[in-house]
Amino acid sequence: MTAAHRPIVFTLNGKRVSLRVHPLKRLLDALREDCGLTGTKEGCGEGECGACTVLVDGQAVNSCLMPVAHAAGTKVLTIEGLKGRHPLQRAFAGSGGAQCGFCTPGMIMAAAALGPRPTLDQVRTGLAGNICRCTGYEGIYRAIKDSNKALGARRSALVGRKTGSPSGWSPGASAPGSPKDAKRRPASPKPAGRPFGEGGSRR
Amino acid sequence: MSRAVGRNVVRKDGAAKTAGLAQYVDDLTLPGLLHARTIRSAVPCGDILRLRLGFDIAGFTIVDARDIPGRNVVSLIRDDQPCLAEGQVRHVAEPILLLAHEDRERLLAAAVDIEYRAREPVLDPARSPLVFKRVAIGKGDVDDGFRRADLVIEGEYRTGLQEHLYIEPNGMLAIPGDGGITVVGSMQCPYYVHRALAVLLGMPEDRVRVVQAETGGGFGGKEDYPSIVAGHACLLALKSGRPVKLVYDRAEDMLATTKRHPSIVRHRTGVTRDGRLTAMDIDVLMDGGAYCTLSPVVLSRGCLHATGPYRCGAVRVGGRVVMTNTPPNGAFRGFGAPQTLFAAEVQMDRVAEAVGIDPVRFRELNALRPGDTTATGQVLGPDTAALDVLRAAVARSGYRRKRRDYRGTNRGIGLSLFFHGAGFTGSGEVSLRSKASLELTPAGVRILAASTEIGQGQRTVHAQIVADALGLPYDAVEVAVADTARVPDSGPTVASRTTMVVGGLLKQCAAEMRAGLGRLTPAAYLRRHGPLVVTKEYQPPPGLVWDDEAYRGSAYGSFGWACDVIEVERDPVTEEIRPVRVTTAHDVGRALFPLGVRGQIEGGTAQGLGYALTEEVVMRGGAMANAQLTNYLVPTTLDTPPMDVVLVEKPYAHGPYGAKGVGEMPFDGVAPAVVNAIRSLGIDIREVPATPERVMAAARVGTPAFAREIDSGLRRGRRNSGSGIRDSSTTLRRQRPTSARKPRTVPR
Repeated sequence: MTAAHRPIVFTLNGKRVSLRVHPLKRLLDALREDCGLTGTKEGCGEGECGACTVLVDGQAVNSCLMPVAHAAGTKVLTIEGLKGRHPLQRAFAGSGGAQCGFCTPGMIMAAAALGPRPTLDQVRTGLAGNICRCTGYEGIYRAIKDSNKALGARRSALVGRKTGSPSGWSPGASAPGSPKDAKRRPASPKPAGRPFGEGGSRR
Repeated sequence: MSRAVGRNVVRKDGAAKTAGLAQYVDDLTLPGLLHARTIRSAVPCGDILRLRLGFDIAGFTIVDARDIPGRNVVSLIRDDQPCLAEGQVRHVAEPILLLAHEDRERLLAAAVDIEYRAREPVLDPARSPLVFKRVAIGKGDVDDGFRRADLVIEGEYRTGLQEHLYIEPNGMLAIPGDGGITVVGSMQCPYYVHRALAVLLGMPEDRVRVVQAETGGGFGGKEDYPSIVAGHACLLALKSGRPVKLVYDRAEDMLATTKRHPSIVRHRTGVTRDGRLTAMDIDVLMDGGAYCTLSPVVLSRGCLHATGPYRCGAVRVGGRVVMTNTPPNGAFRGFGAPQTLFAAEVQMDRVAEAVGIDPVRFRELNALRPGDTTATGQVLGPDTAALDVLRAAVARSGYRRKRRDYRGTNRGIGLSLFFHGAGFTGSGEVSLRSKASLELTPAGVRILAASTEIGQGQRTVHAQIVADALGLPYDAVEVAVADTARVPDSGPTVASRTTMVVGGLLKQCAAEMRAGLGRLTPAAYLRRHGPLVVTKEYQPPPGLVWDDEAYRGSAYGSFGWACDVIEVERDPVTEEIRPVRVTTAHDVGRALFPLGVRGQIEGGTAQGLGYALTEEVVMRGGAMANAQLTNYLVPTTLDTPPMDVVLVEKPYAHGPYGAKGVGEMPFDGVAPAVVNAIRSLGIDIREVPATPERVMAAARVGTPAFAREIDSGLRRGRRNSGSGIRDSSTTLRRQRPTSARKPRTVPR
């Protein structure tokens, strides 16, 4: 059956992949089953919980709602693409951002889409499509704040190389109006807000 | 001295979880794997007449009750629940048939047509013919207490169902082989699953192996239900001879698995004019659903917390949990206490109001103090911190000033004072006889315990305790996977007992191991003497005596104490209540892993906000009508306000390093604090969730122009949609004056 399908080609975590799968297969299933990347989780399958969040061309999307065919020609970044070295990953582990861990990959990807040094208001709005049942979100805010501090120390190295263009994530490029935020985003977001983390006024 | 305890060490599971490398059950696969599906009842009560398979059965494994090699029960407290329905069904979504196939598309497309002879279901707990359990607690002379009261205040309070909504749905992977079976999956209590499987499969216990996969949240929802999921996966695996994975999707998980028990709690409280409690008469009704599950214990904990943290010489608590034809309710963080504490704390605000005393002052007058006795006659120890947490939360939040400032605005502020008994109730810990072990490794030590990491930080806290007790670095302590083939039965990971009870056992193991090691390093010891394993079994602390028949004695080794102050904002147009700030003071004995304690408090509080305001399980015809995240609303970032957490530490002498439990307590006080905040806006709410519809109806009751409309229309509508009786709108009754009546001080 699969042989009949035309290959779907995209860049996954910086590497070219070609999949012969049904074009309407959920991107989530393609990642987990055909690419062997199980870091992306399914929490609800209806685009509400955000556990399946990945970045497609820098924008946070619910991979449970996206047919894999739509990923053709794009750059897809999953939690595995951050290689455990992203400041957000370290901060989530060390500052109470992760408890049961099931929302964590999606939460980190959604936070990554916010770019560096978001304000608390930007974080609350940007993560509104990601449900965490363990932390009450305070630990997640702390983690993002702490990752900002780390970022302050290593900003230039990070933006240029580690998670930069090869895998499709350019920090900050996607912050306003990523598609998955749209449904929960209030009519007039006020991104200014309080400064959040060190030097939070940058954006 | 202490090197790991009390410090924010890096979580043991942090790196794997944030890297996306932690392996949850759905991340596991095996050659020859079959996917599984459960065919469930569509009616709440009836006989199964015919069952027709509308698909080509080639390649399918099909299991029904006749395939069960052992007993067809989900073995727990009372073995009344079949693993697969036989002849009749007692609730919607009851499992009837199991299917497995290697192709998930074909599996999902398979149609099964079931014909029923429907019977009239019992959906109203007040009219249930079957009581699973009754509890009666008595202290002092209640009639005399009411005679001594200047005022008697009555009230009825209701709480709804709540879905756990762990982000990882339930799932199990069963692997047959060598005349036995291995199950890997999402769970809190490997040994519960282990016992249930041995009964179901008719296998000796050593042929059954249960291993916890990384578990994406539990909150009680993975205490009892995993035994069913595991049973189903095993039946299919044994019949097919192949590994079988059964993972629920969200809708199925919401429809079929356990929820928090709905409750109706009635209070009658006697109080003197100067605000002292003279009598408390409390009636508790809980809806257990179709089968017993853990309902007796939930009721028990509910009744033991029903008075709230108050001193009162005359108490009567009568509780019952009954059957209805709805999916069985089960364990959920707080385990009965949130329901009764909701009622108690809203009642206390109303009592304070009735006698014209400020809610804080009223609680100060009546709060339990060290040396006081609870309703069961338990004498409270020096770690009783009700007044401490009350004062801390009130001072930190600016409660008094805000209460004044918010008057006449759409902002409200309310508080709740509460407690939570840590560990199993009464003799529970004694009969569990939990064990935990330590095994020396070349690099340090390995913890062998059946406690599970479900996000709460078990691996981290246990490792901290052991590291310090052994004098080893935190990184030298390894935590074994909860695998029944490798770890002893440490009891279930429930009841806020994992740190206090199992952590206590591990500390004892470590002390003994340290003595055995002497001055040798672990590697040197192993070279010289060979393997070293130390195991300890639970012994109750001295003086802990409990009478299960009379409900007298020490219900818990220790209580944690907490106070929530919650500020809300009312939208005058939509009647939406938005929480804007939470200040909470928690006494947890000693916070061994402060970041984890904070995480438990913040997470439990957020879950409580959902319970209080938005999480409404809509039941229609005995089934959840909103079994999806689109309209079952759990708090998001935008619904969760800033939280200010104050830790108060009153060490418990018999807890490891002074620790009590923390897992459940943060949930308990949120709903009453929210409702008391709404009440401060002049809206008489006595039911959660306080949805805009309920707030609107209650707000209108306060306006005479609408009173008739409410009586004729809205009220009736709600009465019909609810499940039981509503109380009359007037609940404050002024007692007939008697000649002998004069205000008196209630003795301790």
